[in-house]
Amino acid sequence: MTTHYLVLSALLFSIGAIGVLIRRNAIVVFMCVELMLNAANLALVAFARMHGNLDGQIIAFFVMVVAAAEVVVGLAIIVTIFRTRRSASVDDVNLLKY
Amino acid sequence: MTSLLAAAPAAEIAQASGGVLGLSWLMIALPLAGAAILLVGGRRTNSFGHLLGTAMSLASFVVAVLAFFELLGRTAEQRRVGVELFDFIPAGQLDVKMGLLIDPLSISFALLITGVGSLIHIYSIGYMSHDPDRRRFFSYLNLFVAAMLLLVLADNYVGLYIGWEGVGLASYLLIGFWQFKPSAAVAAKKAFIVNRVGDFGLAIGIFTLFATFGTVAYGPIFEHADKASTGILTAVGLLLLLGACGKSAQLPLQSWLLDAMEGPTPVSALIHAATMVTAGVYLITRSNPIFDGAPTAQLAVAIVGAATLLAGAIIGCAKDDIKKALAGSTMSQIGYMMLAAGLGPAGYAIAIAHLITHGFFKAGMFLGAGSVMHAMNDDVNMRKYGGLRKVMPITFITFGLGYLAIIGFPGFAGYFTKDLIIEAAFGQEGVRGYLLGGAALLGAAITAFYMSRLMFMTFFGEKRWDKDAHPHESPPVMTWPLILLAIGSVGGGAFLVLGDRFIHFLEPVVGKPENHHGFNPVAPVGLITLVLVAAGVALAWVMYGRRPVPVEAPRGSFLTVFARRDLYGDAINESLLMRPGQWLTRFAVFFDNRGVDGLVNGLAAGVGGTSGRLRRLQTGFARSYALSMFFGAAIVAGALLLVGNL
Repeated sequence: MTTHYLVLSALLFSIGAIGVLIRRNAIVVFMCVELMLNAANLALVAFARMHGNLDGQIIAFFVMVVAAAEVVVGLAIIVTIFRTRRSASVDDVNLLKY
Repeated sequence: MTSLLAAAPAAEIAQASGGVLGLSWLMIALPLAGAAILLVGGRRTNSFGHLLGTAMSLASFVVAVLAFFELLGRTAEQRRVGVELFDFIPAGQLDVKMGLLIDPLSISFALLITGVGSLIHIYSIGYMSHDPDRRRFFSYLNLFVAAMLLLVLADNYVGLYIGWEGVGLASYLLIGFWQFKPSAAVAAKKAFIVNRVGDFGLAIGIFTLFATFGTVAYGPIFEHADKASTGILTAVGLLLLLGACGKSAQLPLQSWLLDAMEGPTPVSALIHAATMVTAGVYLITRSNPIFDGAPTAQLAVAIVGAATLLAGAIIGCAKDDIKKALAGSTMSQIGYMMLAAGLGPAGYAIAIAHLITHGFFKAGMFLGAGSVMHAMNDDVNMRKYGGLRKVMPITFITFGLGYLAIIGFPGFAGYFTKDLIIEAAFGQEGVRGYLLGGAALLGAAITAFYMSRLMFMTFFGEKRWDKDAHPHESPPVMTWPLILLAIGSVGGGAFLVLGDRFIHFLEPVVGKPENHHGFNPVAPVGLITLVLVAAGVALAWVMYGRRPVPVEAPRGSFLTVFARRDLYGDAINESLLMRPGQWLTRFAVFFDNRGVDGLVNGLAAGVGGTSGRLRRLQTGFARSYALSMFFGAAIVAGALLLVGNL
């Protein structure tokens, strides 16, 4: 029964990971990161159900709180970059290098 | 041998209680204070610096004379008086108590140093009157007198060593007094460095003495010297001889003395003729219980002396520079003293007697040479002198008396003391006696030749002066010291030697010479010496008195060139020591630059190069970082799975 949830979680995580790797738009990359986080949440909740204790569900709440904070900071950075460079492409933000 | 050792330090060292002897530290303190005042006071003391320096030296002489008479008032057994000053180095086992030892040997030196030193101070007032740095000159002279007195008066080897280094410093400062002349600066450095070799030997010798006897004081060391093994005593003796060779310009450390003539002439008279260069003879005579227990070291001393007396005399024959000719003569005469000191108890007292008479006549002749140079616009080339006896009568007469003293004209100082040395050298048993005595005899003939050459070239013959030279007699402040020293040159030998006065005086320190039989004016050795001396003078007259002296030096034979180049002493030093030393330093620099630095720098360059390549991974593309994170996570997950399955 919970196996289906885990498969769905793996699929969602893979979509998110591939999206982070191949997409250039910072907003989309950001959404893919969120997708990966939610896939992880789904797996945590599924495991909690499977083992019959609430630890996984509690951790899922923590993940949501951290994700919310991350959204605040991340979006602020993206907006600032867009304002200065007129672009949201992650490949254009490459000045910090050797 | 043991009986001699027992005889030598017979008397216990008494402690001075009150009187002049208790105040004998003033002898050192007064000139030291003079030097300090003149050096610290600087230009403010310019006006009276020369007077203060001379006064301090004279005051020291007065103390020495008073101490001498107080010593004479005692019986012979009580003439070794210790003066405790302070605890110098109290450090565990090494406990050096600084004190003075007033005995016949040290007081003889103190009288010579302060007496001749004061005369030379007075002479310098005139000689240096035109020098803007006269005050500095007198402060160095005072420093020298203080250090030299510490050297001879200290009652332990550490005190002697401090004085030894002090006179080395004063010698360095005074040779390089005209340091704006590159030749003087180089000569000063050369003297200092060559002396370093000798001082190294002296230092190691003192270390060995401390390791063996557990003390550096003379009293206990000499008392127990016969208990140490011959090997140790020989080692110490040879090390002390090395020290003596450096300070006294004996072979093989002779090369600095000729260059030291770059200093002002009073310095040459005081330091490089009368006093400092005789410190080696003092060291060996003072350490007589050690040398008496080490016949090998004693023989080495005699051989060094014999070799140097010939080498110095040969150098003296070819020099046209009046001061360098006298410097060669000094080397040669100190060779005589070393030879005598190497003969053991038979020679110690004679060595010191010759040292004192030499102090008079050589200082007198150096000051005379200074007077001549003063008259000839500081020209030292004897080939440009000639006929000076008429314009400088006092200098001529005093110099002539010194000349008669050094060649050993009957009745003059050198006649008594040098003949005694030659006789004592022949007194050695077997072949050794003939070799050492023969060398001394030959040396006397050569001495007569080169000193006569110097006399003829300077005071006789036709005038070969430069056009702008207007010779004149020196002022009284310079001629009076000459006259006083000339009196010593005439009467000193007879006073010391006749009736064995000096030998008896020194007996408490150096022991009684075996089978000594007074001075014999008609001994066969003495007569042969006189004949050889006469032959030397005659040869010089034929070559330089009768024939005119060319102003330009002729090329000369192989022997002349050999002597003119200081017997190739500098060339030997250069090829044997300097060049290998340079190679060694060059190799060390190369090894340091390429080897040590190469290793460190190579490591740094390797790290730098590697990180330079590695940083190219930081492309700035966030997605490439994400990809590497992804693969990293995948590898970690794969590894966990693999481990979990296992």
